[in-house]
Amino acid sequence: MSKILSINGKSYTIDVQEDMPLLWAIRDIVGLTGTKFGCGVAQCGACSILIDGRLTKSCSMPVSYGIGKEIFTIEGTSENLEFLREAWNDGNVPQCGYCQSGQLIAATSLLDKVANPTDKDINDVMSDNICRCGTYTRIRKAIHKAVALKNKAI
Amino acid sequence: MSNIHQVNRRDFMKLFGLASTGIILGCTSTVEKKFQPEINKDFFAPNLFIHLEKNGNITLIASRSEMGQGIRTSLASAIADELEADWKYVAVKQATGDAKYGNQNTDGSRSVRTRLEPMRKMGAAAKMMLISAAAKKWNVVATDCKAENHFIINTVTKDKIFYGDLVEDASKIAIPDDATIQLKKVEDFKFIGKTLKSVDLNHFTHGTATYGIDVRIPNLKFAAIVRCPVTFGTLKSVDKTDAEKTAGVEKVIELDRIVPPVGQFFGALGGVAVIANNTWSAFQGKLNLNVEWDYGENHSFDTDNFKQVLTERLQETGKLVPGSRGNTISAFKKSEKIIEATYHVPFLVHAPMEVPNATAWFQGDKIEVWAPLQDPQTARAELAHFFEIPLEKITINVTFLGGGFGRKSKSDFVVEAVALSKEIESPVQVVWMREDDIKHSFYHATSAQYLKGGIDKKGNVTGWLQRVAVPSIVSSFKPMSDYASGLELNQGFTNNPYKLDNFRLENVKAESHLRIGWLRSVVHIHSGFGNNSFVDELANAAKINPVQFHLNLIGKDRVIKGKSNYPYDSKRMKDVLNNTAKMANWEKHYPKITELELLFIIVFILM
Ligand code: FES
Ligand code: FES
Repeated sequence: MSKILSINGKSYTIDVQEDMPLLWAIRDIVGLTGTKFGCGVAQCGACSILIDGRLTKSCSMPVSYGIGKEIFTIEGTSENLEFLREAWNDGNVPQCGYCQSGQLIAATSLLDKVANPTDKDINDVMSDNICRCGTYTRIRKAIHKAVALKNKAI
Repeated sequence: MSNIHQVNRRDFMKLFGLASTGIILGCTSTVEKKFQPEINKDFFAPNLFIHLEKNGNITLIASRSEMGQGIRTSLASAIADELEADWKYVAVKQATGDAKYGNQNTDGSRSVRTRLEPMRKMGAAAKMMLISAAAKKWNVVATDCKAENHFIINTVTKDKIFYGDLVEDASKIAIPDDATIQLKKVEDFKFIGKTLKSVDLNHFTHGTATYGIDVRIPNLKFAAIVRCPVTFGTLKSVDKTDAEKTAGVEKVIELDRIVPPVGQFFGALGGVAVIANNTWSAFQGKLNLNVEWDYGENHSFDTDNFKQVLTERLQETGKLVPGSRGNTISAFKKSEKIIEATYHVPFLVHAPMEVPNATAWFQGDKIEVWAPLQDPQTARAELAHFFEIPLEKITINVTFLGGGFGRKSKSDFVVEAVALSKEIESPVQVVWMREDDIKHSFYHATSAQYLKGGIDKKGNVTGWLQRVAVPSIVSSFKPMSDYASGLELNQGFTNNPYKLDNFRLENVKAESHLRIGWLRSVVHIHSGFGNNSFVDELANAAKINPVQFHLNLIGKDRVIKGKSNYPYDSKRMKDVLNNTAKMANWEKHYPKITELELLFIIVFILM
């Protein structure tokens, strides 16, 4: 049965079973591979996306949950994500890069909610995202930097 | 000959697919002369690593795999520095797995160490050719020209020519002789040794870097494999009914174990593969399989029990390892205090963020693979061996690696993908579930070690006895390798940095029941942990500040060679220790805060 998923403002008609996790529908059916598979059991954050603005682990939510909602992935763009990208560039944050889609999406959701996050705010949101390379300190710095960039721009 | 010596350096290099001198030389600029630059109006390609276009864009080839260490950036910067390129024109392309690029094995933490000079020469040779081309154009001598930031400058007239405008003329210049290539002075480096941003940053922040798992080609199928929970167990029977009924599943096939020949390659474990039209269906199908296994000879292997066995063996004398010296027995007799300790390291799994995966397309007379591989040349040779396809008909596309840590040096997941593609006559991507990765890895070995040390009244170490039981990596290539090899012990055991007059190292039997591999820093994981923990115990017993105790034990400044090609310098080591202690505010905390443990590991100075 075909369903419509709205991702980054674009509609995709896909034909999959409803219980397929969004992660795989996005990666294998829609073909947006920026969202990553790390564990499949909501433990690593590599698959993070936003659904109607809410930070969600796409490996553990079925397609049916995403229907009729607005999905946002690393292929998308938003004001906060762009500041984060700039800060990520500045700080040369990624190592292997594999976790970074999820890190950036989680950081976006943080800045969407908290304009000037403290280290504790950062820990609260970002501690769900594993970086096997260990870029955590650079991520923290870059989030602060993104805020600074944004405050300067306003 | 004792088992410790059963693998000599050469064999070991072969086993590990490491550099043979021939291959490294195969990539110096001298041999590169065999590469005939095409006389072309549109681009200048003086060697395999450089491609300059008329618009000035330069594509540099990265011959080592990128897994977070930044090698695509550092190798490219070495070429660009000597080439006097403007960094903004530089793009990097990944080499396919092919001997013509020199040794590509991205393992052993030595890509820069071994590739820096060849890459610099590539850049320097190209620069010389650009200078010659400009000189010819201006009708001046080459010594009146210099290269600077993507231009050749006539130092007399101050005329300038942009690199892109020299494409056609430079293509006609002969490749300079190796002996005439002059490299820059260290103080003139623009990129080498400087902090550069990754050339791949934008891809990483936009989700557009293609890792193995992101490869998408037409008609691609996805596969998940259930493997026997006991290493090297075999399939007894399988009920495919439920798996075949799973939505999206197209086929369920049995996969025999692919056994590597003694001494090389990795083979594949075999099992039952579920082929589907998407990854998740393959996973679901796999979970729906009902399989019965014949667990085979490792069926009773139990890690707790094995730890016990190794620990008990430590009570007996092991094989004496060369490098032992003095007399520990009499030293202990004369000691004021005797300290003993036993240390264990568990089996470790690499768990790279991106699970093992590979995409393969077997096309009868040729094979194409896309995979996150640390060692694409070994993978290629392995496929040629198992599938009887000539090397030149096998293309290995190296993707980004979402972490490697040594796991992706082993090409078993590629062998699986090719075997399946051959069977189903379609391109297929094998994806390991995270659970598969943890259960079926090439584990970093467990170890048990016993240490006994004596100290005199002044707190000097009088004697040091160390018994080590660690399953050998060699066991994955050669059955009956029941003792650590000399080269493994030479990673921190035989060549510890301590000044010890009475030192006795014993090698204790430790057979293997799993696929033993290597995890970054390899045997230093065992030696670093054991040595440093024990030195701390000794310091404690001697009631001496452990930083000072470590410094005393390292002793006077000297170069410690062991059998390594890369000797290390005890002075630098002490500097690191002193500076770290300073940064950690050690003196202020010691001895109040005991959690501030001192651990000093000479991390990974490989062979
Ligand atoms: S893949 Fe979803 S949390 Fe790990
Ligand atoms: S950058 Fe490699 S896992 Fe985070």
